[in-house]
Amino acid sequence: MSGVTTPTALPMKVSAGGKLGRRKDEAPQGRRRGSPTSRLTPYLFLLVPIALLVTFTYVPMMNMFQYSVTDWNGISKTRDSVGLDNYARIFTDPEYFRVFFVSLYYFAASFIQMALALYFATVLSFSTRFRNVFKGILFFPYLLNGVAIGLTFLYFFRPGGTLDASLAFVGLESLQQQWLGDRSLVNVSLAGTSVWRYMGLNFVLFLGAIQSINPSLYEAAELDGANRWHQFRWLILPSIKPIIGLSFILAISGSLSVFEIPFIMTGGANGSSTFVIQTMNTAFEFRRVGLASAMAVVLLLFVLLITWIQRRIVPDEKVDLT
Amino acid sequence: MKKRTVALVAAGTTLLAACGGGGGEPEAGGDTGEIAGDITVLTNRTDIVDTVFQGYKEQFESEYPDVTVTFEAITDFEGEVTTRMSTADYGDVLLIPNSVAPADLPDFFEPLGSVEELSETYRFVTSEQNFGGDVYGIAITGNANGLVYNKRVWEEAGVTDAPATPEEFLDALQAIADSTDAIPLYTNYADGWPLSQWNSNRGAIKADPEAPHQIAYSDTPWAQDEELNVIDSLLFDAVEAGLTEPDPVTTNWEESKVLMGEGKVATMALGSWAITQMQEAASDGADIGYLPFPYQVDGTFHSVANGDYKNAVNVNSDNKAAALAWLYWFADESGYAADQGGISPRLDGPTPDTLADFDTFGVEFVELAPAPVGEESLVNDIDAEGQIGLFSPEYKQRIVDAARGASGETKEQIFDDLNARWAKARAAVAD
Repeated sequence: MSGVTTPTALPMKVSAGGKLGRRKDEAPQGRRRGSPTSRLTPYLFLLVPIALLVTFTYVPMMNMFQYSVTDWNGISKTRDSVGLDNYARIFTDPEYFRVFFVSLYYFAASFIQMALALYFATVLSFSTRFRNVFKGILFFPYLLNGVAIGLTFLYFFRPGGTLDASLAFVGLESLQQQWLGDRSLVNVSLAGTSVWRYMGLNFVLFLGAIQSINPSLYEAAELDGANRWHQFRWLILPSIKPIIGLSFILAISGSLSVFEIPFIMTGGANGSSTFVIQTMNTAFEFRRVGLASAMAVVLLLFVLLITWIQRRIVPDEKVDLT
Repeated sequence: MKKRTVALVAAGTTLLAACGGGGGEPEAGGDTGEIAGDITVLTNRTDIVDTVFQGYKEQFESEYPDVTVTFEAITDFEGEVTTRMSTADYGDVLLIPNSVAPADLPDFFEPLGSVEELSETYRFVTSEQNFGGDVYGIAITGNANGLVYNKRVWEEAGVTDAPATPEEFLDALQAIADSTDAIPLYTNYADGWPLSQWNSNRGAIKADPEAPHQIAYSDTPWAQDEELNVIDSLLFDAVEAGLTEPDPVTTNWEESKVLMGEGKVATMALGSWAITQMQEAASDGADIGYLPFPYQVDGTFHSVANGDYKNAVNVNSDNKAAALAWLYWFADESGYAADQGGISPRLDGPTPDTLADFDTFGVEFVELAPAPVGEESLVNDIDAEGQIGLFSPEYKQRIVDAARGASGETKEQIFDDLNARWAKARAAVAD
């Protein structure tokens, strides 16, 4: 759900290696010449992406690990090693862990998000009137810029804003309240915004999976007397199980690392601070880059751990409906 | 085949070079000590860099014909410049980012001279941005601290004198709430940083230039009658009495200026730099005035005068002489402080019109005393260790949340917790 913008997490299986291997047989001239550079060519092609990957991913990450064992303030030319003190502090001071409770709101919301997405994907996979229009409408929020969404919803939720006005229009004045100012509601409002934003992505993933089901199966099912619910329960759901599993992982890691929406809308005030906002503040308000790096490493490890657990529980199996 | 390999390797190298670049190669020509050459001046004033600053450039270049000044205006000045400071490429003259700890100053900036010597000419050098007895920056302008208010609204509510105690201030706000439609006090909670302006009044409460540093030797800076207690209590009580905006979470800074200008907001706690901005947003600029913090010592109001951003010279600069010439010219002759309605960085500079109200109320300025040598970073260190954030909005937001009943904490609980965290952090820093 929120923060789910990492396409690298998609289990794409491109078998590039196999193709390269076959090429050797197709181009015997290269072998005849016996030049060692010909064998090097594929690696040289790889040099550019690998250089980019190392420069922009692995080197910064190594630096982060290095910073996380120091007391660096982000500016100073000197930094002292403090060993694992930063990590000890994160795991012993309840203040750092309390913010994970906020993630539970987003986690709960992600189930609503997936249920809605699944519902719409199923309905729109059958021939529905204006289905392409609806597909566009549902996917549209995901294309919007997060800052724009944050500002739009800030006006939506403010006293006398769009939400209050709409409630008044249908005669529900009694429900008007401070959607962001009330501490028991603020995270619900923010999680709702998050559902609005990210449902489109789940929807498209589910829809793609559903459309890849062989249409003759529906036909066969219909001949056997299956109604729409039976088709959903026994055909669609089993075939898209891997995608649901994937969405589940993205939901967990997304709700642990919620950032954009609460940061823009409330800046983490009023009990809506999340772990990532806390990390940002530690690094840039309190100038404790060392501690903040340790927090980032902890978050990374959590996400890796949860992914690993999920892979153990739901193994990546082939779906066979026949 | 061979040719292709070479091309690929070349492409790879170029790419790496492109990534590694940006560190800024030193420009040709060493430091000759002459006032000549090209200098780059970093500024946060994106709004006037193409207008007012071009005028400064012309004047300066006519005085020093061998120097060419280039400006680089940066919107996110703090964030961008602190990142660039890890390279050598952060301009020749720049504003010292607020987050640079005093102990780090010598690594990045050229010392301008001793505190003793420069304090004969310039304000704000004794207590700000100096380290080990050396000054590293001269303020571009100076600010008084207090509260911006809409005179018309206050008069409508029948309050004409500046409140002298927190109780009188709350009564005045109550009168505004009762007799006008205006929001008596606007916290600007959502933007956050305006909340941190409240703490700039530290030093004025006790009229003690050393008070802001004294908290480094106390385990209970939030005890009754301590400065932080007075300031935070006033905020808490005003919010608790419902004298602030109804939903603080959805406030907006730019909008708040218009609200104050139109008289829909009566008061905001901000530095005197905000006066000109409020006047510009008002239909009648004369409506906007400035109040001292409602607290008196021996029957007199006090206001802390402190420097805005300080101009400093990059220690890696190739044209230090030219950079220094700009720095002093900017402080002495540009007239920037007067243009902005601020206090001149020079001791002999004029008092701005914006602070005329202070003459009426008989406000005395307090300029903060320097921290003892070697302890310049102490308060910052304790603050960071305890993650209290004296200068960040989070803890003020917590006070506002508690006061409006959103978090269930009482004022005493918050102050006890802050005291406890301060004491713990103090002990940790002393180790």
